[in-house]
Amino acid sequence: MSSAEGARPASFARRVSGTLYRRPGLRLGGLLTAPLGYLVVVYLGALGLLLMSAFWTTDEFSGNLVKSFTWANFHAVATTSVYRTVLIRSVGVAAAVTVICTAVAFPMAFFMAKVAPVRLRRGLVVAVLTPLWASYLVKAFAWRSMFSGDGVLDWALTPFGLSSPGFGLPATVVVLSYLWLPYMILPIYAGLERLPESMLEASADLGAKAGRTFRSVVLPLTIPAVVAGSIFTFSLSLGDYITVQIVGGKTQLIGNLIQTNVGAANNLPLAAALATLPIVIMVGYLLAVRRTGALDNL
Amino acid sequence: MKMRATLVATAAAALALAGCGGSSGTTGSTGQGGFKAPPMKAVTHLGPGEGQVNLISWPGYVEDGSSDKSVDWVHPFEKATGCMVKNHAAGTSDEMVNLMKTGQYDAVSASGDATLRLIAAGSVQPINTKLIPSYKDVFSGLKMKPWNSVNGVAYGVPHGRGANVLMYRTDLVKPAPTSWDVVWNKASPYKGKVTAYDSPIYIADAAVYLMAHRPDLKIKDPYALDDKQFNAAVALLKKQNADIGEYWSDALKQVQSFKSGDLAVGTSWQYNVNLAQSEKAPVDAVLPSEGSTGWSDTWMIAAHTKHLTCAYKWLNWIISPKVNAQVAEWFGEAPSDSKSCALTSDKNFCTTYHANDEAYFKKIWYWTTPIKQCLDGRTDVSCKTYADWTTAWQEIKG
Repeated sequence: MSSAEGARPASFARRVSGTLYRRPGLRLGGLLTAPLGYLVVVYLGALGLLLMSAFWTTDEFSGNLVKSFTWANFHAVATTSVYRTVLIRSVGVAAAVTVICTAVAFPMAFFMAKVAPVRLRRGLVVAVLTPLWASYLVKAFAWRSMFSGDGVLDWALTPFGLSSPGFGLPATVVVLSYLWLPYMILPIYAGLERLPESMLEASADLGAKAGRTFRSVVLPLTIPAVVAGSIFTFSLSLGDYITVQIVGGKTQLIGNLIQTNVGAANNLPLAAALATLPIVIMVGYLLAVRRTGALDNL
Repeated sequence: MKMRATLVATAAAALALAGCGGSSGTTGSTGQGGFKAPPMKAVTHLGPGEGQVNLISWPGYVEDGSSDKSVDWVHPFEKATGCMVKNHAAGTSDEMVNLMKTGQYDAVSASGDATLRLIAAGSVQPINTKLIPSYKDVFSGLKMKPWNSVNGVAYGVPHGRGANVLMYRTDLVKPAPTSWDVVWNKASPYKGKVTAYDSPIYIADAAVYLMAHRPDLKIKDPYALDDKQFNAAVALLKKQNADIGEYWSDALKQVQSFKSGDLAVGTSWQYNVNLAQSEKAPVDAVLPSEGSTGWSDTWMIAAHTKHLTCAYKWLNWIISPKVNAQVAEWFGEAPSDSKSCALTSDKNFCTTYHANDEAYFKKIWYWTTPIKQCLDGRTDVSCKTYADWTTAWQEIKG
């Protein structure tokens, strides 16, 4: 190539492209520096800064940061009983939301992937995604008016001698389950779609009834997809603090404690120490999940 | 929407803090109770207007006609001064203190539990009252108070004052209450429909109640609580938690809950009461016999504002007689400008709200930041700080 064009001087752009062609490392570096730098500085950097501030403290009166190393925040988090109670409550809510989402999403996804005619499938996927177009706050406030004492729920339950559960923990679980349901349906749908029809037929040919086929064929093959969905529902619920403010009544979750400590108490270091709790839980969850192979389904 | 904005602002505050924290502890003038103010001088003259001013305010303080077409003192201000107003309504004093730390705002309507914190953190600057013509008409009972000045240096202009009232549904709460009993010891009939203000400063409301009903605790000032008094107040609040339906910090959400009947009784602002009544909710409010907590608000200017002249112009505007009368009537509080009483649409307004009645305001305990040095003058014990109050508040909510 160079001998053929040796007569005229190569343009600058040609030389650059030639160098990049000969040096794959340089090429890769040039491609990835910007996005990787962004990831490290903006994402990990901010996270690191947050965790670092967990070892600082604040001036009691003015609320300004005092940058001297201390374990006091972690000690407070470990020894204050209210933090433990709230953490357990938050994990409970996240687990309940995940279970409810799975229970609702599985039949729905199965219908979408295996029962519905192909033309209907597209429409159903769009229908599942549609709620994501509306603002989170609008949906949460809509549920607030439904749970209200003069709301739709109360009106519908009154004929059965029941009343709306009102604002509180049950309302929080219901609304979070509603909000995160699409994130559970989609991975399960994708997992079921990959499940060959022939396997279901083979199972039936061998005399297995529906229940047996579900237990022995469908479930083992879709567990990774369910777990992948649960990562979304669990982590989103664990970190949520806005829904609970809108429909949770007086309930507070770990996200509220972090928010209160940043916002009301102006104690960023303590908030950072508290924020490590959900991070540790999620890291543990992800490590456990890795064994199921669910991370390949994300 | 507002919550999202708060979130962004808090994140910004966190980053700003991480970047330049630790500016406290400089030598400055020492004031009330060993209080230190960072060294700063008030400006002596103002330049031309900058065309913009960013405010943090209590809901109802900065109205541009969007709540009610006839309630608008922002557009006339913009027309008169050329300063365009951007406003952020905050729900609690803590939010205001944090937002001011971002450095993105020029002026704030701070209550007494925020002012000293703002001054100590170096977030606000001293004010040259000579540059604010309306200041001379402010009631003398509001000038140079411990919450708006340090050692004779003014840090803001008084906006107005009022009491936290007891709001109740007239159809659900009978007979009409005259005491805070209905949210404390006699709250059980309204279980799940009682509300309280979602801020550590609400502990003072429990202390006000205990002042009247537990004389053995010898509480002299609800913001100066020693160990024993503090624990009694916290115990009362924990007991109240069983009856609470919701804690509120968003005025509109509280109004909505009272309207729908999800809440029946609890502490509120006159502004919320007026709003609920204007929306035909069957509610009323009373200042209970025990007295109450309350606020005396001060407009302050950010230390490093980029819109200094416009901020000064806003301060002058908001306490000028006509505007001060408008805002006082809209919010339901006593105005700070003595001339505004003649300009209210209800001629008895200043009498109703006790504008110049110092005896009445003796019953009101203005929000104040609790500090270690007991504010009631005791020197043999140390009092609980606001940091202790916030920790306790989280435990109360459980």
